[in-house]
Amino acid sequence: MLEVIDVSGLVTFQDSGRHGFASYGVPTSGPMDWFAYQAANSLVGNSVKAAVIEIGLGEAVFRAKRNCVLAVTGTGYEVLNYVWTFPLWTSFFVRAGWYVQLKKKSGGNWAYLAAAGGFEVDPILGSRSTYLRGGLGNAIRAGDVLHTGKPSRELLKLAAQNFPVEKYMAYSQAPVIEVIAGPQKERFTEAGYQTFLNSEYTLSTSFDRMGYRLEGNSISHSAGADLISEGMTMGSVQVPANGQPIVMMADAPTTGGYPKIANVAKSSLPLLAQCEAGVSKIRFKEMTVEEARNKYRKLCLECGLQSAL
Amino acid sequence: MLKPLGDSALLVQLGDKIDPAINQRVHALNALLQMNGIAGIVETVPAYCTLLIHYDPLKLTFNQVTHWVRDKLTQVDDSLNRKPRQLEVPTRYGGASGPDLETVAVSKGISAADVVRIHSEREYIIYMMGFTPGFPYLGTLDERLITPRLETPRTLVKAGTVAIAGSQTGIYPLDSPGGWHLIGWTPLKLFDPASESPFLFAPGDIIKFIPVEDDHA
Repeated sequence: MLEVIDVSGLVTFQDSGRHGFASYGVPTSGPMDWFAYQAANSLVGNSVKAAVIEIGLGEAVFRAKRNCVLAVTGTGYEVLNYVWTFPLWTSFFVRAGWYVQLKKKSGGNWAYLAAAGGFEVDPILGSRSTYLRGGLGNAIRAGDVLHTGKPSRELLKLAAQNFPVEKYMAYSQAPVIEVIAGPQKERFTEAGYQTFLNSEYTLSTSFDRMGYRLEGNSISHSAGADLISEGMTMGSVQVPANGQPIVMMADAPTTGGYPKIANVAKSSLPLLAQCEAGVSKIRFKEMTVEEARNKYRKLCLECGLQSAL
Repeated sequence: MLKPLGDSALLVQLGDKIDPAINQRVHALNALLQMNGIAGIVETVPAYCTLLIHYDPLKLTFNQVTHWVRDKLTQVDDSLNRKPRQLEVPTRYGGASGPDLETVAVSKGISAADVVRIHSEREYIIYMMGFTPGFPYLGTLDERLITPRLETPRTLVKAGTVAIAGSQTGIYPLDSPGGWHLIGWTPLKLFDPASESPFLFAPGDIIKFIPVEDDHA
């Protein structure tokens, strides 16, 4: 059980996402960085769908009301527990009464705090993921008391675990984001497509859980920027008339009406999610759908991550 | 016609215009796939002339999903006879919750009563749902009512508001911003996340607006 002492930024519960209602217009939501989310649950022995706290672009201070084991993953944060600074991507024991503080630093946007046993949140439409725009759940606020479930093992056996993130995910502020050509690739000029693949983009400051607006060389359309609305996914790269790409993220609408030049591969989504506004130098590289799938499968297999769907 | 959308979704394109016949094929294919599901399919999103199929790449390959869909596409015409659900939407036109009724009438050179009559006399298909949870995109609007979107969207439109824009009409399920012309209001609750059946409508349903007086709505 954790008491929220102070929060800033966007702090919400997220689980593996809200599935089964996209045809009714309900976004999937879920974590911005699925890899960090899954690793956090794995570190504390939770199921692959357990709810965690996502801390975005801000800071948070909690106080343990009981002994517990926590893990924090992601990038761009440091964790202070009682008097120690803990590295991210580890699990650690917290005694009742101790404070745990997540401090923002450079190098990323999103951190995931998992507690052994998972956070107990009433599901809405089958999911504990908060979707603020649709009124599904609320942001976590100072004064909230967050309940946790029963840990899968003895606390002491869950503490002091380490997830060797650097072996698997090359978080960077100059990432190469792998993409699969989009279904409307032919709605762009060949030069426009090459511009997308061969230039550097930065993340605009107007970004949120819904989408990442990128800024850089303008991508030229060959057949206009209006598309009859159709389904899209997290990672879909839409290009409106101004030629500046927008990557749809966790809270993206289920459908969109701009041509999609490409779609970010699942294994690259965490890298993009953690890019900092105005800082990151983002480049794209094309791969086939088979290559993307193999890379994602290999990553999950090597890290012992299960399907969260 | 079948294209990847990333490594976990397949886009089926059945046409390239807003057309009831194409849209009916989308819903028929969707129904057929739902009835003959395979493990690893997460969900589907029907839209005007496409069906997006989300799948789990740890369980299925793009080629496996493609084969499944190709097979069902050959059977889709037989399932087109499926009778869609028909639903009535009691609607109070004009007044405080339909503030654009008069403006629309004036811009089209007809009376407000004509707008109500034309809007409520035909049946609409729910082409797709999107924008916010439970928002139905209904069409096709009679040509006499076709109006461009508002230049400046309103920051708050009340849940239940019936609106038109372009060749479409829709109903706002939640209090939300909106750029359509507001012509009426229904007391029906389109989206209730706490309910056993949270959504009143589903894509492919047929909707008819029924004008009602104030005290009935």
